Amino acid sequence: MRDFDYVAPTSLQQAVELLAKPAGQARPLAGGTDLIDHVRNGRLSPDVLVDIKKIPELNLLEAGPNGLRLGAAVNCATIAAHQAVQAQYTALVDSCQIIGGVQIQSRASVGGNMCNSGPAADSTPSVIALGGRCVITGAQGTREVAAEDFCTGPGKNVLKPGELLVELRFPAPAPHTGSHYRRFIPRNEMDIAVVGIGVSVTLDDTLKIITAARIALGAVGPTPILATAAAQALIGQPATDETYQKAVPLAREVATPINDMRGTKDYRIHLVGVLLVRSLQAAVARAKGECPNYKPGH
Amino acid sequence: MSTVEKPSYKVIGTRPIRHDGVDKVTGRAKYGADIRLTGMLWAAMLRSPHAHAKITRLDTSKAKALPGVRAVVTSKDFPDQGDRLVELGEGSVNMKHLAANVLAHDKVLYHGHAIAAVAADSIHIAQQAVELIEIEYEVLPPVQDALSAMKPESPVLNTDVRTKGYVAGGPGSADQPTNVASRIYFEQGDIKKGFADAAVVVEREFHTATVHQGYIEPHNATVLWNADGKVTVWMSTQGTFTARQQTAELLRIPVSDVKVVPMEIGGGFGGKISVYLPPVAAMLSKLSGRPVQLVMDRAAVLLATGPTPGSYIRVKVGTDKSGRIIAADAYLAYEAGAYPGSPIGPGCMCIFSCYDIPNARVEGYDVCVNKPRTNAYRAPGSTNAAFAMETVLDEIAKQLKLDPAEIRLLNAAKEGTRRVDGPKYSRIGMAETVEAIRDSAHYQSPLPGPNRGRGIATGFWFNVGLKSSVTATLNLDGKVSLLEGSTDIGGTRTSIAMQFAETLGIPCEDVHPSVVDTDSIGYTDVTGGSRTTFSTGIAAVNAANDIKQQLIERAAIHWQTTPDKVQYIDGGVTCSDGQRLTFKELAAELHELGGPVIGQGTSGKEAQGGAFGTHCVDVEVDPETGKVQILRYTAAQDCGTAIHPSYVEGQIQGGAVQGIGWALNEEFWYDPKGLLRNATFLDYRMPTCYDVPMIDAIIVEVPDPSHPYGVRGVGEVPICPPPAAIANAIANAVGVQMTTLPMSPPKIMAELLKQKK
Repeated sequence: MRDFDYVAPTSLQQAVELLAKPAGQARPLAGGTDLIDHVRNGRLSPDVLVDIKKIPELNLLEAGPNGLRLGAAVNCATIAAHQAVQAQYTALVDSCQIIGGVQIQSRASVGGNMCNSGPAADSTPSVIALGGRCVITGAQGTREVAAEDFCTGPGKNVLKPGELLVELRFPAPAPHTGSHYRRFIPRNEMDIAVVGIGVSVTLDDTLKIITAARIALGAVGPTPILATAAAQALIGQPATDETYQKAVPLAREVATPINDMRGTKDYRIHLVGVLLVRSLQAAVARAKGECPNYKPGH
Repeated sequence: MSTVEKPSYKVIGTRPIRHDGVDKVTGRAKYGADIRLTGMLWAAMLRSPHAHAKITRLDTSKAKALPGVRAVVTSKDFPDQGDRLVELGEGSVNMKHLAANVLAHDKVLYHGHAIAAVAADSIHIAQQAVELIEIEYEVLPPVQDALSAMKPESPVLNTDVRTKGYVAGGPGSADQPTNVASRIYFEQGDIKKGFADAAVVVEREFHTATVHQGYIEPHNATVLWNADGKVTVWMSTQGTFTARQQTAELLRIPVSDVKVVPMEIGGGFGGKISVYLPPVAAMLSKLSGRPVQLVMDRAAVLLATGPTPGSYIRVKVGTDKSGRIIAADAYLAYEAGAYPGSPIGPGCMCIFSCYDIPNARVEGYDVCVNKPRTNAYRAPGSTNAAFAMETVLDEIAKQLKLDPAEIRLLNAAKEGTRRVDGPKYSRIGMAETVEAIRDSAHYQSPLPGPNRGRGIATGFWFNVGLKSSVTATLNLDGKVSLLEGSTDIGGTRTSIAMQFAETLGIPCEDVHPSVVDTDSIGYTDVTGGSRTTFSTGIAAVNAANDIKQQLIERAAIHWQTTPDKVQYIDGGVTCSDGQRLTFKELAAELHELGGPVIGQGTSGKEAQGGAFGTHCVDVEVDPETGKVQILRYTAAQDCGTAIHPSYVEGQIQGGAVQGIGWALNEEFWYDPKGLLRNATFLDYRMPTCYDVPMIDAIIVEVPDPSHPYGVRGVGEVPICPPPAAIANAIANAVGVQMTTLPMSPPKIMAELLKQKK
């Protein structure tokens, strides 16, 4: 491991200045659960790590009528314990509770998970399903990118050198909305998704008809994928298994998985269908105000 | 449950707190990497990025020139081993192969093969220097499974390997380089006639994955090559004496010039017998004049140590109408890894070892492949074999509508049964373990619900005897310092101290056991082969009897009589005239009665027994994903006599969990180039506490007549039955018979989808 400098700016301005170096030489450090491992293994060799946990904007966690504002450095344990997140952005809680164990959850952040841009990231499909937008700041100013457009490939995203993910913004969910993230892993915990699916579903006032839906697939392509056609097929339809089955081939169609030590291509495509149905069942139950029986990892 | 009236023991069978417990739970116990010596250097290694390649250029000059670097070594710095075999305690080893595994010679034979090492002022400098080593390769095609490697057109790993036991027309070669290192063959009776007479015949082919022991503590060595030529090694090892001998032989220095100091060991399971690091750290120390510490990281452990072989097995079994086995035939090909030496021998011996089979044949091959050199792993070779035999037997039971426990009882090996490899069993407890399961609350309970099934399986492993030494010093306060050479992996400090205390009739707490270095105790073989509680236990009993005899003599001096008038009874000495001194009272007088008392004991006798276990498991299979949940697990095992029942239960539980890992998810995953892609505990999936229920252990006690207290080895048997038991449970749950390990969700799902078509 190469020696590196460590700085901990207390303002966004300072952070942006410190990060304005040629690509790769300065790296923002949130929980460090991915970054430190990359540095230790020599996959990254930055000159300086810029700790962003002391910047107020990156520690924001606020829910209100206009939605949720989630600072990029807020750790998973804090997010999962937040009452409004539990009530209205449940998929995020599902994600935050299965990323590593307690120690990891107390360090790792959803912002960091997005920026690490792993195809199997457990929080990104939830952020996409919940309609999250990424607020990015750099020397050139601030811009916003939809969560589904943030990742561009394994380990790659839209951040330009010197840019920093500041926060994630989520719209307030409509009444009768439920969301869920579910992954399949060979073990029951402490594993990486073979397939992960985040969904958000809104029902009409009768709680029978789906009026809006978003579906995001993880670990079945170079980036998490927004399955637009599959979601579209649900709208206006009754919230039944028969309807969910109609979305299955559309979701499988956009999945482009590979064979690796975590699963085969065929098996992953098979799982997309199984998990889609199961995650829609759970999200719909939540939209109805029920508490679905959910075993993580299945 | 006990099969015989047990003598009334005072210490044996109780559950005292282990002597090393406080250090372990407070974190004070010192493991190999905890050692810090004045002036110590840190070392890092260069490992092969290829599975199979010739090294065409190796230049370490830039690494040597980096400031802070104190020494760089390659295989060229080591003495030539010539072509020799050396007896290393648990079998003989080809020294040229062992040396080439420690640091590659002209070829690298697996991804992660060690090539060079650097010692420097800091670990970061050492790692940086490793990157400065200039190396070029001619990459060769790899071969990674036994059946492919046996083909004549396969790439050959070692030019010096010929097939031991070659038969004309068979695989391998007697005079040309080959990957087929040896052939094993056993036969008894007439299998042709046996199969001709059989009413039911089932034949299946099996594949099992390469799996790793997965010990938590990585390999380590800290070595000082002193100016006087004496070498001291601090390390965690299963056997200090074999580590000493391997190190001395690799350095070609006298064994007495090497002292191995055992540190606490964070798991071994057979994988910490072979040396990897001590000779390298020793040579770096010699060149730098400083102590050197070399510690593997997790990736190195998975890439280059262990594992146990992947295998191909074909089994054919024929029974009569009643389910009695009358013929059995097996063919096994085990991956040796880069150099010969897979556990094909024990695999062949174990495959039919649970049953009385009149007509049987076993043929086995040890085959080199481009994977790390395999090493012992808990009942090496037996788990693979049990997976094959025990699932075939279940299929036959199903065809004959026999209860799985009944077919096992019908065919159970017992005292006098001759194994296919020759030996006749003495008193064994195979049938008793099946009965224990058959009669258990678990087996008798209903298992309602869809996609759920129950399976049982039996497994066998030997107990080796081998050699142990124990020394005991009696202190004036009546307590005893007990020195031993056996690494304590499973609580053996306590189980040995208990046998010593029982023999002398004193409390276990008055015995203070220590595991000491190779200069401080007599020769002791490895903690392996389920031998330590058995054999070091016998040495401890002998040492206790030695002390007894000396105390009788001292008491005779005290009472001014002759030793024949004194008896040692019940923790004290009694004179024929009725006078009595307790152990403690006599101990206080020792310095007036002739001076210190030191007892010693050794053992070298071979165990006769062998141990059996039968497991029962309930599973639920997710029919949409193929994922298996273990709902309930019960393991019965014959342990002869349970010295410390908690540690017996712990061994049974630990072994069962490792077997569950083999069954469900553990496998080395190599890409087409032969590179290991899952050298982390994230992707090498051992079971976690979320994946395993409480394992209920049933202790069966059929004492081994060759041990004074009837001990049988416990540690290894419990890994053998789980994969077969789980396969049988899956078949019972969803009707697919798995023949490949691991039975991971994609594989089970593929079978379920085939079934639906």
